[in-house]
Amino acid sequence: MAEKDIRLMKGNEVIAHAAVRCGCDGYFGYPITPQSEVMETLMELRPWESTGMVVLQAESEISSINMVYGGAATGKKVMTSSSSPGVSLMSEGISYIAACELPCLIVNCQRGGPGLGTIQPSQGDYFQACKGGGHGDYHLIVLAPSSVQEMHDFVILAFDLAFKYRTPAMLLADGAIGQMMEKVVLAPQQPRRTDEQIAEECKDWAACGKGGRKDRNICTSLFLQSEELKVLNDRLQAKYKQIEAAEACWEEIECDDAEYVLVAFGSSARICSATVEAARAEGIKLGLLRPITLWPFPAKPLAEFAERGVKGFLSVELNAGQMVEDVRLAVNGKAQVEHFGTTGGMMVSPDDVLAELKSKFVK
Amino acid sequence: MAKVEIKQENLVHSRPRLITDEVMHYCPGCSHGTVHNLIAEVIDEMGLEGDTIAVSPVGCAVFAYRYIDVDWIEAAHGRACAVATAAKRLHPKKLVITYQGDGDLAAIGAGETIHAAARGENIVTIFINNAIYGMTGGQMSPTTLLGMKTATTPYGRDAALNGFPYKIADMMAHLDGATYITRQSVHTPANVRKCKKAIRKAFENSLAGNGYSLVEVVATCNSGWKLSPVEANKWMEENMLPHYPLGDIKCSELPK
Repeated sequence: MAEKDIRLMKGNEVIAHAAVRCGCDGYFGYPITPQSEVMETLMELRPWESTGMVVLQAESEISSINMVYGGAATGKKVMTSSSSPGVSLMSEGISYIAACELPCLIVNCQRGGPGLGTIQPSQGDYFQACKGGGHGDYHLIVLAPSSVQEMHDFVILAFDLAFKYRTPAMLLADGAIGQMMEKVVLAPQQPRRTDEQIAEECKDWAACGKGGRKDRNICTSLFLQSEELKVLNDRLQAKYKQIEAAEACWEEIECDDAEYVLVAFGSSARICSATVEAARAEGIKLGLLRPITLWPFPAKPLAEFAERGVKGFLSVELNAGQMVEDVRLAVNGKAQVEHFGTTGGMMVSPDDVLAELKSKFVK
Repeated sequence: MAKVEIKQENLVHSRPRLITDEVMHYCPGCSHGTVHNLIAEVIDEMGLEGDTIAVSPVGCAVFAYRYIDVDWIEAAHGRACAVATAAKRLHPKKLVITYQGDGDLAAIGAGETIHAAARGENIVTIFINNAIYGMTGGQMSPTTLLGMKTATTPYGRDAALNGFPYKIADMMAHLDGATYITRQSVHTPANVRKCKKAIRKAFENSLAGNGYSLVEVVATCNSGWKLSPVEANKWMEENMLPHYPLGDIKCSELPK
């Protein structure tokens, strides 16, 4: 067996390596802190000379996402990355991509908002990622990495899911995961699909030139007749139901006998795993549920915990309280649900979380 | 309808093979249909039916994809050149064209258009300049002439109030990455023929990898201008062409 390719890297750098290695065809982006290393690393790697991957610095995030739209519409495996204000600019384009049922990857390495905000990490874009962002009834598949290894693995997973369902996927990271360095095992290089493979695999929809096809492919989201637009919406909603049923993914830490459960994703989940250890050392039966997919949200295990008699849930987020709404919906009034977090690009400590847990629940 | 027999020696023109059977939604007298025909003819004559990716705009030509029998991507308002940039870079051997009006290209999409040209993307833009937003009901566009009445300049475009019109093709001719910039019209048979030549030249320039090409077509919008088709042609000649003169603006090679 070949030796594993183990490196020490920043989360953002790993995104670039994973993209090249999974056979991504094109990256289109615009610099913004704290994720500029993604494009910088790609430009250093020069994948156009190795795999043939296109890397292009666009003139704006609006242009980047529309390049992603154009590339995805031709059947290619394309992506962009940005941070919160940049993703706001992309939201219109993301709505078009979802409406046209195109696969692609969008990485949001979140920073504090609203507005120009700060360059420090935040989880303030949960609503934007999971509840729309752009206009109309659509969803993204949203994955929340909590380690540099997951930054790598989820690039591959997100593309797989995006192509499986022909829908855009988002990797919702934050400045902490993007900037931290950790050990990572890189996947072996996969070849890019050939133009002939794409023309065959995507023959029903990709606008890559008719070639020998009899009928042309048209990628559009314009349906002036309400009845026609409803057909698209019905198809999208059926697809979203299928994704919700099949793809919700989460990690449980010490949940089996837990009386209290923390719910946290990404960097706040890392903090909370230390809180669980500290609480257990004091004899408090605390567990952690870490959603890996934020959409579809892992409501089922939370509902089961509430059914089983878990006394309280604390949703720990680096924001003013967003995911807590989904936790409440899942728990459906059967137990107390509270939010704990901070804003402005600040972090909370494991001790802060434990103190909050004690004051709210363990009296 | 009775079939009319035309002897081959009398046949001077027929419907282009790549124009579909869809009933066009354009108003009678509008220039769009003529330009669509020319594009379809050139694609067919160059044997590019299977190797073309076209990008349609938002505006009157939003449904261009219904009429020309090639693969199409319908872009968000103004973003056609960004969409085309990626399509071309990922499919470098294909002919990639955008079809845009003055609102789409010169207002909301000025940034995407200029940057695609500045980068020297090997794409072709067909730019229909009729100095008005036709689709939304005849509002002022960036190329609306001073004094011209529109739905949002009911007393005529006033520079102090509404700003000046601008010649985006002349502006883009200053960009190193843009190598073929031309302004044409389709209001007379002679101009139709010249316009077709320009479209072919732009396609060839693009396929040769010689950077960005822009074919501006000064066009009529008789509904928006509230004129008959014949009056619109006359008004265009007397008012639009002095401000937007016809002819090649730039034919060059990419800088080394």
